Amino acid sequence: MAGNPGQVDFSESADTTLSSRKDVSLVAIMWRHPSVFWGGLLLAVIVVIAIVGPLFTVDPVALNPIKRLKSPSAEFWFGTDFLGRDVLARVVHGARISLVVGLAVAVIAVVLGLLIGLVSGYLRWLDAIMMRVMDGLMAIPGILLAIALISLSGATLVTVVIAIVIPEIPRVVRLVRSVVLSVREEPYVEAAIASGTRLIPILWRHILPNTIAPLIVQATYICGSAMLTEAILGFLGAGIPPEIPSWGNIMSEGRTYFQLTPWIIFYPGIALALTVLAVNTVGDGLRDTLDPRIARKM
Amino acid sequence: MAEATTAHPPVLEVRGLSVTLPKGADRKYAVEDVSFTVGRGEIVCVVGESGSGKSVTAQTVMGLIPRKDLTPVAGETLLQGEDLLKKSDAELRELRGVKMAMIFQEPMTALNPVMRVGDQIGEMLEIHTQMFAAEIRDRVIEVMKDVNLPDVEQMVDSFPHQLSGGQRQRIMIAMALALEPALLIADEPTTALDVTTQAQILELIKDIQVRHGTGVMFITHDFGVVAEVADRVVVMQQGQVVEQGTAEQVLKRPREPYTKMLIGSVPSMTPPKRKPITEGEPILAAHALEKVYGASGWFGRGRVVHAAKNVELEVRRGETLGVVGESGSGKSTVARCIVRLIDPTSGEVLIDGTNIATMSQAALRAYRHDVQVVFQDPYRSLNPRRTVGQSIVEGPMNFGLSEAEALKRAGSLMEIVGLSAAALDRFPHQFSGGQRQRICIARALAMEPKVLIADEAVSALDVSVQAQVLKLLDDVRKRFDLAMLFITHDLRVAAQICDRIMVMQKGQVVEQGLTAKVYASPAHPYTRLLLDAAPGKNAFLEQKTGN
Repeated sequence: MAGNPGQVDFSESADTTLSSRKDVSLVAIMWRHPSVFWGGLLLAVIVVIAIVGPLFTVDPVALNPIKRLKSPSAEFWFGTDFLGRDVLARVVHGARISLVVGLAVAVIAVVLGLLIGLVSGYLRWLDAIMMRVMDGLMAIPGILLAIALISLSGATLVTVVIAIVIPEIPRVVRLVRSVVLSVREEPYVEAAIASGTRLIPILWRHILPNTIAPLIVQATYICGSAMLTEAILGFLGAGIPPEIPSWGNIMSEGRTYFQLTPWIIFYPGIALALTVLAVNTVGDGLRDTLDPRIARKM
Repeated sequence: MAEATTAHPPVLEVRGLSVTLPKGADRKYAVEDVSFTVGRGEIVCVVGESGSGKSVTAQTVMGLIPRKDLTPVAGETLLQGEDLLKKSDAELRELRGVKMAMIFQEPMTALNPVMRVGDQIGEMLEIHTQMFAAEIRDRVIEVMKDVNLPDVEQMVDSFPHQLSGGQRQRIMIAMALALEPALLIADEPTTALDVTTQAQILELIKDIQVRHGTGVMFITHDFGVVAEVADRVVVMQQGQVVEQGTAEQVLKRPREPYTKMLIGSVPSMTPPKRKPITEGEPILAAHALEKVYGASGWFGRGRVVHAAKNVELEVRRGETLGVVGESGSGKSTVARCIVRLIDPTSGEVLIDGTNIATMSQAALRAYRHDVQVVFQDPYRSLNPRRTVGQSIVEGPMNFGLSEAEALKRAGSLMEIVGLSAAALDRFPHQFSGGQRQRICIARALAMEPKVLIADEAVSALDVSVQAQVLKLLDDVRKRFDLAMLFITHDLRVAAQICDRIMVMQKGQVVEQGLTAKVYASPAHPYTRLLLDAAPGKNAFLEQKTGN
C-alpha cells in the first residue's frame, strides 16, 4: 500500500453528485414555490384585517332594531342581521376568533404531540403504553368530545380550544414517533449514545431537528381543520358563547333567515373558506419545499 | 479484440459519447468522449470509482437517464448498428428486454415485492411476444432452470421475500434473459451479495454468456470481480475513459498511472508478516456472549433467532482482531453488544476486567469512553445539521471537558487524521466520503478510548480511499496503543490489517487464529469456502509485487 502521512484523497470523487445545498431562506422558498407566496399573501391580508379591521368598523354587537335584515349597501357593506348588527363588523371581528383558535390549537397540539412523540418513540417501554392511550384518544369523536367538555365546564374560548386540541394530539404523536423511530437507527445517533450523551441532549440535538419540517407542514393542516371545527361547533351552538361574533355563530344565527337574507351566512362562509384555503395552500407549498420526496409521490 | 469483431459486428458500439451534467455540478460532463465496444459473447468490464460516470454510461445506453438533467450532447450508441440516442421513448421501450436488458445492484428493490417471481418473468414475454399463458409458463420455468435455480416448479409461484439474495439476483438474470437479448448490462450485480453468493452469480454470468453468446457490459468498482469475469476492461475516471484493453493487458501491464494506482490499492489476499502480540492482559474480552432476538414480547411470541451464540474473544492493547463473516453471521451483533448499543442476552463483556454486559445504563456511562465505534456509512455517521467540530467535541464534553479544551483536542486530532483543524467549522456535506470517515475516526479518538471498533468502516469507500483509511486506522492503533476490533466481510481488507482473525457463521465462531495461519491453512470448511470465494483470488492480481 502506497501512501505517506498527510496524503490527500486525490482520487476521491464521491461528491460529484449534486451536493450543493439548497437555499432554504424564506424568500427563496417563496420564489420557487408560488403556492407559498400566494397562500402566504392571502393569509397575511386576512391577519392584517383581523388585527386592524375592528378599529375601523362599528361595534359588532351594537343592536339597531330599525335597520334589521338590510341587504348589502353603501352603509352596510355586508348588510345587517335580524338584530340590526353590522355583518361586516361581525365577520371582521370573527376573523380574530378563528385565527386565535387555529393558531392556539396548532401550537398546543404540536408542542404536546412533539413531547409525547419524542419520548414514546425513543423509550420503547413507554411506547406501548403511550400508543394505546393515543389509540383511545383517536377513537373519541371530536365533536362529541367538544359538546361533552362544554356541557361540563361551560362554553369559553379555552374549552373550545382544549376540545379541538385533544383529538389532534395523537396525529402529531404518530408523525413525530415515526420520524424518531427511523432517526434513532442512524449511526450518528448511535455514535452519540456510544460517547455517553444523555437522553435529553440526544433528543434535542440529534432527533428533534429532523421532526421540524414535517411538523411545520402538519401544523398548517391542524390550523386549517381547527378553524373549520370551531365554526362547526359554533354552528351547532356548542362552541364559543353566542354573544361573541365568531364565524360559526354568525352562520348559526343567519341560518333561520337564510332564504330571506342569504348574505348573513354567505360572507362569514366565504371568509372561512378563504382563510382555510390560504392556510392549506401555504401548508402544501411548505410540504413540497421541505420534503420534496413526499411531494413527488403524491 | 480484432479477431472477435471481424466475424460479427459488435453488439454495442459507443462512439464519442458525451453527457452533460446539470448546472451547478462540479464538472460539466458526467461522461465525456467515451468510446468502447462490446462484442458478441464478450464480457466488457467498465470499472471505476464512484463518480466516474460508469453508471451514467450504462443508463444512457438503456435510455434510462432523466434527459432533462443528463443530456447526451455528442456521440452515438449503436446497438447492432442502430443508434439508440436517436430512438423515441416508445422505440426504446420495444428494444429493452428484447435486444438489451439490464440487471441491477439491489435485487430486492428491483423486483416487485407483491408479485410472484414467475409472473414477473412472464410479464416480459407477455409484453413483447404473442405467446399464450401456458407457453409463457413453460418458458419461464425453462429460463429459471437456465439460471440454475433449485425446485423451479415451486419457486415460480413464490414471492421475492421468500427467496435469498442470490436467488433474487438469479430471478433478475432470468428476467433479463427471457427474450434472449443481444446485450446484457449488469450494473454492480454482485455488490450487495455475500462473497460466496457473488462467486456463484459471477460463475452464472460467465456461463450464460458462453452458452447464449450474449454481449455483457459489466459495471463494477471491484478489481477482484474484474479479474474473475472480464474479457476486456474499460477504466473510467471523472467521466473519461482512462485506459482500455484486454483483461490481461490492463490488469497485468497497466499503462496509465491511475489504473496502476487502482490496481495497487486492491488489498492482497496474502497477509503481511506480523509479530503476534502475546504480552499483557486482554483489555477487551467477551465470554459466552449470547444475543437472542424475538424470545418473548407483550403481544405473542415470534421466531427465536440466535444472532450470537457462545462468542468468546480477547483483544490485547495494540492488537487488531478481525471478525469476518457474511451477512447474518452475527459479527455486527457482537460489536453492538460490546458497545452496549444493544443489550446482550447473557454472557460477559469485560473492558479492562470490568463486566459491562449487565450494567445499568447509568453505571455504564462511566465506561462509555473506553469503547468507541467507527461505522460503515460515512454519509450517515455524522449529524448533517452540526458542524464537524460540534460532533467531535460532543463526547469529551459529556465527560466534563470544557469546550475550549475539547476543541483544542479536536483540532489536533483532525491533524492526526490528515485533515486541517480549520475544517472544524464546516458541515459534513462539505466533505467527501473518505474525509468523513477520517472525521469519524477523530471523533472516536477524542474520547481517548481503550478499544476501537471498526464496523465495516472501510466497506463503503472507493478502493483508493479505502487503502488510505485502512492505513490511518492502523497508524492510530499503533500511536494510541488501541485494542481494535475490525469487523468486515472483505477478506482482502482483513488480511492486511488484522493480527488475528475470527470467522463467524450463523452467530457462532467457527474458527479463530493468527491471520497468516488461518489464510494459509484454514481449519474449518466454511473458512475454506470463504477464502475460495474471494473474487480474483486465483487471477494475476496475486502476482503483483509490493504492499
